[in-house]
Amino acid sequence: MPEMNMVDAINLALHQEMEKNKDIVVLGEDVGREGGVFRVTAGLQKKYGEERVIDTPLSEAGIVGSAIGMAVYGLRPVAEIQFDGFVHPAFDQLISHASRLRTRTRGRFTCPLVVRFPYGGGIRALEHHSDSFEALYVHTPGLKVVIPSTPYDAKGLLISALRDPDPVIFMEPKRIYRAIKQEVPTDEYTVPLGKADIRRSGSDVTLICYGALVREAEKAADALASERISCEILDLRTVSPMDRDAILTSVKKTGRCVVVHEAPRTAGLGAEISALIMEKVLLDLKAPVERVTGFDTVMPLYRLEAEYLPDSFRIIQGVKKVMSF
Amino acid sequence: MLFDEYDPRDGKQVQVLNKDGLIINSQLEPKLSDDDLLKLYDAMITVRVMDTRALSLQRSGRMGTFAQVTGQEAQVGVGLMMKKSDWMFPSFRETGVFVVRGTPLHLFFLTFMGSEEGNRMPEDLHNFPISVPVATQTLHAVGAGWAAKIKKEKIATVTFLGDGGTSEGDFHEAMNFAGVMKAPTVFVCQNNQYAISVPRSKQTASKTIAEKAFAYGFPGIQVDGNDVLAVCVAMKAALERAYKGEGPTLLELVTYRLCPHTTSDDPTLYRSDDEVKEWEKKDPVKRFAAYLKKKRVLTDAQEELIQKKAEEKVNEAVQKAEDVRAAMEIEDIFRYTFKTMPPHLKEQLDSLRQTQSLRGKPNA
Repeated sequence: MPEMNMVDAINLALHQEMEKNKDIVVLGEDVGREGGVFRVTAGLQKKYGEERVIDTPLSEAGIVGSAIGMAVYGLRPVAEIQFDGFVHPAFDQLISHASRLRTRTRGRFTCPLVVRFPYGGGIRALEHHSDSFEALYVHTPGLKVVIPSTPYDAKGLLISALRDPDPVIFMEPKRIYRAIKQEVPTDEYTVPLGKADIRRSGSDVTLICYGALVREAEKAADALASERISCEILDLRTVSPMDRDAILTSVKKTGRCVVVHEAPRTAGLGAEISALIMEKVLLDLKAPVERVTGFDTVMPLYRLEAEYLPDSFRIIQGVKKVMSF
Repeated sequence: MLFDEYDPRDGKQVQVLNKDGLIINSQLEPKLSDDDLLKLYDAMITVRVMDTRALSLQRSGRMGTFAQVTGQEAQVGVGLMMKKSDWMFPSFRETGVFVVRGTPLHLFFLTFMGSEEGNRMPEDLHNFPISVPVATQTLHAVGAGWAAKIKKEKIATVTFLGDGGTSEGDFHEAMNFAGVMKAPTVFVCQNNQYAISVPRSKQTASKTIAEKAFAYGFPGIQVDGNDVLAVCVAMKAALERAYKGEGPTLLELVTYRLCPHTTSDDPTLYRSDDEVKEWEKKDPVKRFAAYLKKKRVLTDAQEELIQKKAEEKVNEAVQKAEDVRAAMEIEDIFRYTFKTMPPHLKEQLDSLRQTQSLRGKPNA
């Protein structure tokens, strides 16, 4: 089995699904000839032609709006937006149309569309290139939101997204695009949407995380193991709809929970997860749920981004807080 | 070629009938069968009856806010020229186009009686639902047209917007995409002179809306939007371009809304009676009726019969809409969010069911 990074794994998923399903088209800025600014779509245009791998004009609402029309007509568009901070011009199309088309037409028209974009901080990028706005999409009824944390999952989740009957927002943690290599099967396989994964079993505290911060949670768990604190790491993988059963089963078992995300704190996923735990398993808790998150500030430029982003140190502090409650 | 002859930058506008319904350009007079001519007239009358009926339902609280069409009925020409296999991506003032394309009339009433069932188009009708966020639908038409091109299907997609809609960014993006991709898309701008209260002159410094097309690399044309025959002529030419793979076209139908923006609007705040009276003289329905009578396609007796039949059809539609509406249930709120209902929605639905059973009656 070859080892590959997340970029290669996503690229392989696109190649294989495009081969199999002639209705899949890829569109976005620089996705064709260049293969995308991160090379995620490398080689696709050469293989599948300019009709199926389309360099569009520089226009995010145009990309997503026309992709909606394509999906409605019977294609399966994969729209790439170049960076997290540039999705906003297309947000109207996502929130006003893609997400609600099935509801408003009672299923007469549907929108099987995948919108992929790199997100998150940690790569010393320019302004508007490091944001984590997943909560906006999670808060929009009718959208599914997927965030892989490994090359293996990235491939399997993307294939599931490409076969899903509803619009899927596929957020790729750019910080670990090339940072992790892993054996990835060249054969096709899927990782189901809506299912979390226990990355590591543990008994004292559940760390709930996703994307680039799974790796930080693992580092924290390693360090805490030497202090005889056993962490269970739950990688959500799909942040909407969330695998509530997995969250509740794990927290029931450990009685403690730390939610980790780099997105701003207020009304972030941590708030939702914390409320869910309070509603369902309050009496199993040995300590209040702790949140280790980004701050309610504008994401700083790279001089200070390491201070902003939760890291293993902050996660360890969070775990110690719930352990000593 | 029509598009060469009628360059909007030279102040030219496609017109076949004058305001009294007399042919002023016999070369352009479309060769429509008597059946098609009557179909146009029937649709115009039907939509006027629908407007009147809907207004009285709205005033008596049986229907919500809606947008009337009165004054813009010549739009039916667009729908008549379209093939059944063509797709329509409307704004929200195209009831006439829906009607002429054979859309069940009760769907219109349902939507504005507060039911999404009104957007459940029959499977064989490629009519997208109305789009309230202004001009956003233009991009869908371009995407669908582009998809048809990829699938090698010779159809056109037709999208509608108002004069105000041309100020939106999505209109620019759609026109630009359509031009670059040579999408088989017809943009139909119903320039009815006002975006709610803001006049056309404050939307753009451009002399005409039609001429905006040239910057995107395709033709635009101004049409007397109260002359249904002119609308047919221009639409036919635009569709031919689409079918032949020649790309998009922009039609500017110059018209006037002889009614408020919606039932919540008071047009006396922003336009004068004199102005309205001037446009009433160009009423598209009267004008077309005069033409048909002169041509002996329409008799007084037929006119009465069409009116009476339209009223009957509309009565039936209202009844049907009220029946469908009455059968809706709380499950409908949840059922269509995703193809398969995820667990958290099932839980929320259960809690609403419980609330409803405690309440003991529907909360309507």
